Amino acid sequence: MMRLRRRYVVPEKRNSLLARILVVIFAAFFTIPLIWCLSVSLRSTEHMSAHPEQMLPSSLLLREEWPDFLRARNYTEAWYAFTDIPGKENLTFSIFFRNTALITVFSVVGTVTTASLVAFAFARLRFKGRTVLFTIMLSTMFLPAQVTMMTTFMLWDKLHLIDTWGPLIIPAFFGGGAFNIFLLRQFFLTIPKALDEAALIDGCSYIGIYRHIIMPLSVPAIVTISLFSFMGQWNNLMGPLIYLNTMSKYTASIALKLFSDQYGRADVPHLMAASMINTIPMLVLFFIGQRYFIKGVQLSGLKE
Amino acid sequence: MSASRLPLRQRPAFWAYLFLLPWMVGFVLFRAGPMVASAILSLFRNDMVRAEFRGLGHYVYIFTDDPHFWRSVLNTALYVGLSVPIGLTGSLLIAVLLNRRMKAMGLWRTLYYVPSLVPAVASAYIWRLVLDPDNGIFNQAILAVTRLFSPELIMADMPQWLFSSKTALLSLVVMSLWGIGGGRMIIFLAGLQSISSHYYEVAEIDGAGPWRQFVHITLPLLSPVIFFNLVLGIVGASQVFASAYLLTRGGPNEATLFYVLNIFFHAFEQFHMGYASALAWILFVGLLFATVIQFNRARRWVHYEGE
Repeated sequence: MMRLRRRYVVPEKRNSLLARILVVIFAAFFTIPLIWCLSVSLRSTEHMSAHPEQMLPSSLLLREEWPDFLRARNYTEAWYAFTDIPGKENLTFSIFFRNTALITVFSVVGTVTTASLVAFAFARLRFKGRTVLFTIMLSTMFLPAQVTMMTTFMLWDKLHLIDTWGPLIIPAFFGGGAFNIFLLRQFFLTIPKALDEAALIDGCSYIGIYRHIIMPLSVPAIVTISLFSFMGQWNNLMGPLIYLNTMSKYTASIALKLFSDQYGRADVPHLMAASMINTIPMLVLFFIGQRYFIKGVQLSGLKE
Repeated sequence: MSASRLPLRQRPAFWAYLFLLPWMVGFVLFRAGPMVASAILSLFRNDMVRAEFRGLGHYVYIFTDDPHFWRSVLNTALYVGLSVPIGLTGSLLIAVLLNRRMKAMGLWRTLYYVPSLVPAVASAYIWRLVLDPDNGIFNQAILAVTRLFSPELIMADMPQWLFSSKTALLSLVVMSLWGIGGGRMIIFLAGLQSISSHYYEVAEIDGAGPWRQFVHITLPLLSPVIFFNLVLGIVGASQVFASAYLLTRGGPNEATLFYVLNIFFHAFEQFHMGYASALAWILFVGLLFATVIQFNRARRWVHYEGE
C-alpha cells in the first residue's frame, strides 16, 4: 500500500496507544460515507424507500433476502438508464466513459510532453530571462481561472469549437499547467548535473539529454503529474458544463449530474450505483500508480 | 569559448526558448490574452450578441446596488475562513498521526486518501445522502450521541443541513473536510519525513516532551510546506463551485451563493459576459491582494533551511 521513505518515524515509546486509537476513529469519517454509498447502491429501490435509514440492512444475515440487498443489477440498470429516452437508445455509460477517457488521455499526453519540456528548460538550461519567466509561470498558479473564463469561452466560440472537446484538450498542449511544471522542475533538480555534462562531452544533444537521461530517471514524477492531470480531467465539472451541449459528447461527470437531475431524487440506489461507477476508475488507477505517485510528491521536495 | 560562438544547435538558450515555446504561446493565448480581454470586456454590456460601452458602470453597480455581490463575498469569506483553517489543521494532524510505525500503516494511509479520489460530482451526491436530515447517517450518529444526554430528542430535532439557510454553508464545509486526507496531507507527510531525526534526538536529550518538540521543531521546519498549502488552499477555497452548484444552487435563501457560483450564473445562464468579467476581475484583485499580504507576512513565520 502507501509507503513513504522512512527517514523520521515517531520512535517506539512515543507511539502511544492514544494515537493509534485516533487513527482508527478518524478513519471512520473517511470511509463510512463511501461504504454507505456502496451498501445503498446494492439495495432494491423498494427496500430503500421502506427503510431509508439503514446503514447496513439488518436482514443481511438471512440468506433468502440477499437478492434484495445485493442487487448488482442496479449497476447495469444505471449503466443503461438513458437508453429509455427516445432517440438516445445508444447512450450508455460506455459512451460517457469513452468520451472521458479520450479527453483524459489526450490531455495527459499533452501535459506530460509540454510540461516536461518546459520544466527541463527551467531546471537544466541557462538562458536570459529564466528567473523572470519562472516567476511569471509560478504566479499563474495563483491566478483564479474564472478571470479568464468568459473571454476564453468567447475565444472558443470564435473558433467554432463550442460543443467539441477542443476547449478541454487543447490547453493541455500549451504547457500543461503551472503546478505540473513546478513539480517536474523540482524533481529534475534532484538529478545530478554531472550526468548532463558527461553526456554533452560525449556529443549528446540537449534533446538527447532530455530523452535519454532526464525522462527515464523521472518516472515517479511523470506518473504523479499524469495522475494529477487524469484526476483533474475526470473531476472536471465546470469545463464540460460550459463547453458541451450534446448528450452524446458528455463526460462521465456531467452524465452523472444529468442522471441525478432525471432520476436521482426518487431512486437513490441507482444514483449511488452510478456514483460508484464514476468513482471506480479513479480508485483502480490510483492503486496501480500509487507506488510511483507517493515517491513523486515526496522527492519533488515541494517545500522549496 | 563563449556560448554565443557556438552553432545555434549547441546553444542552451536556443533549446530553452524552443522548449518554452508551447508554454509561452499558451500563456499569451489562454492567460494573459484573456485576462486583458476580460478587463476590456468588463467595461461593456455584452450578451454574446451585442456589446455596448458602459465604462466603469458595472463596477459602480456591483459595489453600490448589486445585492447578490456582497452576499456572495460574505458567504465565500465564511467558507474560506472555516474550511481552510480547519482543513489545514486536520491535514497536518492526520499527517502527524500517520507518520509512525503501526500495523498495516499503508492500508490506513490509503483509507484516508481514498475520499479525495471520489470525483466531485459523485462525492456531492454521496454527501447529499449522508447529510439527509431524516435518514442520513450523519444525523443518525449525532442523534445517537445526543440521546445519551437528553433521551427525549427525536430525528426532527436534528439539524436540517443542506435544507436550512442556517446550516447549508456549514454542510458544504463539512463536505470539503472529507478530502483533507488527500494531496495536502501527502505533502505534509512528505515534509514531516524530510525532517532529520537528529533534531528530535537532541530535543529528547534536552528533555523536551512531544508537544514542545512539535512546536519548536516540527512546526518551524514544516512552515514552508504549511505556507504553500495555506496560499493554495485559500485560492482554491475561494473558488468553491461544484458542491454548491450541484446541491444547493446557491440556496436556500442565498446561504450558499458563493462568488464563483454567482459569476457562473451571470456568465453562463444569463450570458452577461461583461458583468461577469467585472465580477471576476474584482475576485482576481482581491485574491492578489490576499496573496501578497500572505507573502509579506511569511517573512515573519516561514523558516527556510539554511537561513
